[in-house]
Amino acid sequence: MLILGISAFYHDSAAAIIEDGEVIAAAQEERFTRKKHDPDFPVNAARFCLEYAGRSINEVDAVVFYDKPLLKFERLLETYYAYAPKGLKSFMMSMPVWLKEKLFLKTLIWEALDTIEKVDRKKVKLLFPEHHLSHAASAFYPSSYDRAAILTIDGVGEWATASICLGEGNKITILKELDFPHSLGLLYSAVTYFCGFKVNSGEYKLMGLAPYGNPNSQQVERFVNIIKNNLVEVKADGSIFLNQDYFNYATGLRMVYDDKWEQLFGFPRRDSESLLEQNHCDLALAIQQVTEEVVLNLGKEAKKLTNADYLCMAGGVALNCVANGKLDDAKIFKEIFITPAAGDAGGALGAAYAAHYIYYGNERKVDPAKLDALKGSYLGTEHSDMEILSVAKKYRAPYKQFDTEDALVEKAAALIADGNIIGWHQGRMEFGPRALGARSIIADARNPEMQKKLNLKIKYREGFRPFAPVVPIEDVSEYFEHEGNSPYMLLVKKVKESRRIPYPANFDAKELLDKLYFLRSDIPSITHIDYSARIQTVHRETNLRFWKLLNEFKKITGYSVMVNTSFNVRGEPIVNTPEDSYRCFMRTDMDYLIIGNFIFDKKDQPEWKEKDDWRNEFSLD
Amino acid sequence: MDFLTDMWGFMKARKKFWLAPLIVVLLLIGALLVLGGGSAIAPFIYTLF
Repeated sequence: MLILGISAFYHDSAAAIIEDGEVIAAAQEERFTRKKHDPDFPVNAARFCLEYAGRSINEVDAVVFYDKPLLKFERLLETYYAYAPKGLKSFMMSMPVWLKEKLFLKTLIWEALDTIEKVDRKKVKLLFPEHHLSHAASAFYPSSYDRAAILTIDGVGEWATASICLGEGNKITILKELDFPHSLGLLYSAVTYFCGFKVNSGEYKLMGLAPYGNPNSQQVERFVNIIKNNLVEVKADGSIFLNQDYFNYATGLRMVYDDKWEQLFGFPRRDSESLLEQNHCDLALAIQQVTEEVVLNLGKEAKKLTNADYLCMAGGVALNCVANGKLDDAKIFKEIFITPAAGDAGGALGAAYAAHYIYYGNERKVDPAKLDALKGSYLGTEHSDMEILSVAKKYRAPYKQFDTEDALVEKAAALIADGNIIGWHQGRMEFGPRALGARSIIADARNPEMQKKLNLKIKYREGFRPFAPVVPIEDVSEYFEHEGNSPYMLLVKKVKESRRIPYPANFDAKELLDKLYFLRSDIPSITHIDYSARIQTVHRETNLRFWKLLNEFKKITGYSVMVNTSFNVRGEPIVNTPEDSYRCFMRTDMDYLIIGNFIFDKKDQPEWKEKDDWRNEFSLD
Repeated sequence: MDFLTDMWGFMKARKKFWLAPLIVVLLLIGALLVLGGGSAIAPFIYTLF
């Protein structure tokens, strides 16, 4: 049985294909079109999935879209009706979109698929599971659990903004839902907006900014109280109630009423790209603390309702790895599995799984010996030596080819130990927002200058942003206060106390930039300002070459930790093809590019000539 | 036609027939907006979708 899952038309469109319950391929459309968070129908990603599976669209049993458009339309109408005449402007903007396109989604999907190959509409089924069911399916079905609680939290799907489900065998039962407009994801996005970051992409930045807040200050405490007394009522069962007097998203075109928030917090909304001040850091910390409280409450409620040993998580808020780390530390469950593509892109995969197990009722076999069924999330494109050589020829790029993996890995480890920054393009591209060692930039975590250099000279992004460590699973507890796995970089834990350097006197009173350049541990480039780190554990079963590289690095330096960040610049989707990688390599201060068994040394490359300023190619996120 | 069938099935399943006049009126207003050259540019706040 072959099923194609699709998510599209909102943000992060993607396609995924599963055959007899096994995931074959999955990719986000942005990687092909080079438009970050591309919402268009994923024609390229769907074509890739079909080609990788070696099948025609007419061999597919069902195409499954990740949510129910009519239910979403119902929510829109009821919301406009409830708030009328408020929201007229928003209504006037949204109706043409719906009347011209979204109400006729079936036709839209068929026509888009026809551009790949004419589809026999009588033969191929078109299905629409609910948004949060797609999320729940994307987390539970590939997990190695036969029975687990499932928690999905995001901005909004149709009506639901969060759900607690029980997964058993091939079934998912929805036990409890929280409905729009009360949404933890939208609350977090509202603060993201107020702090001057983009909704739907700046949430990570807010999370990274939070540790610069002063946890011992009265201001953070005051902000938490303001949030809880005015904006959101936090209830013990994990539900929340947002005071719509302060939010504009239900009927307007902004997230919040800026003037009311300004009065509440005592400072204006930050303009994007303007200077970050302590107020912004403290507000980021306050909303992070509230978010963690709600996520913990939801975890406890999920445990109460299901009495399950394990928890699966998905939805955009499940990408808040700091909250995930706290939930894991609370030991409510024996283990937590967070699906790597937890956002809407992962809905494509979840929708396909939901059709396979729920609609068609196929049996589900779990292999508890496996980490999960997602193959390390390496589900995207891969490129042959011929394609790499073709790029080298096109750009007249000198290279060195290695005959064996061991020789390549030895060379790469030595280069990193010497302080070089490497573009690492290997095997199949990752599915989901994180680079996990297939399309990564890697460097030495011990180097105290590396965070600054990577942020400002390679990624061209804000200097405060932290970098994540990558470590072989066997060594994780040598460096971090964590025993288990974290293969998808979705858990934040503390660096081991013995490795930390104590804060200097008056640290809390220092300016943001002074805090940033304080040496925090013996692996400073991946130690955030609060000694935390967003860990990725590497497993030889899913990425042998990366695992070997880390171990080779350990032989040279005594350390098996490296910095791993996505292979892109700010505003650019993560690279996909060898050509994307070569271009990104040449536009930045990376020292070496390694694609497959080929090494490109920056010093040997011809001068990079581009007529236009390439920074204009990608709008800042 | 497909759309009308789906909409009817949807209202039946959700038992929300009271939405029918609302939908008709809103669709008429919406149709006027479209005919009046209303843009199909998606609003930037994704909750609207």
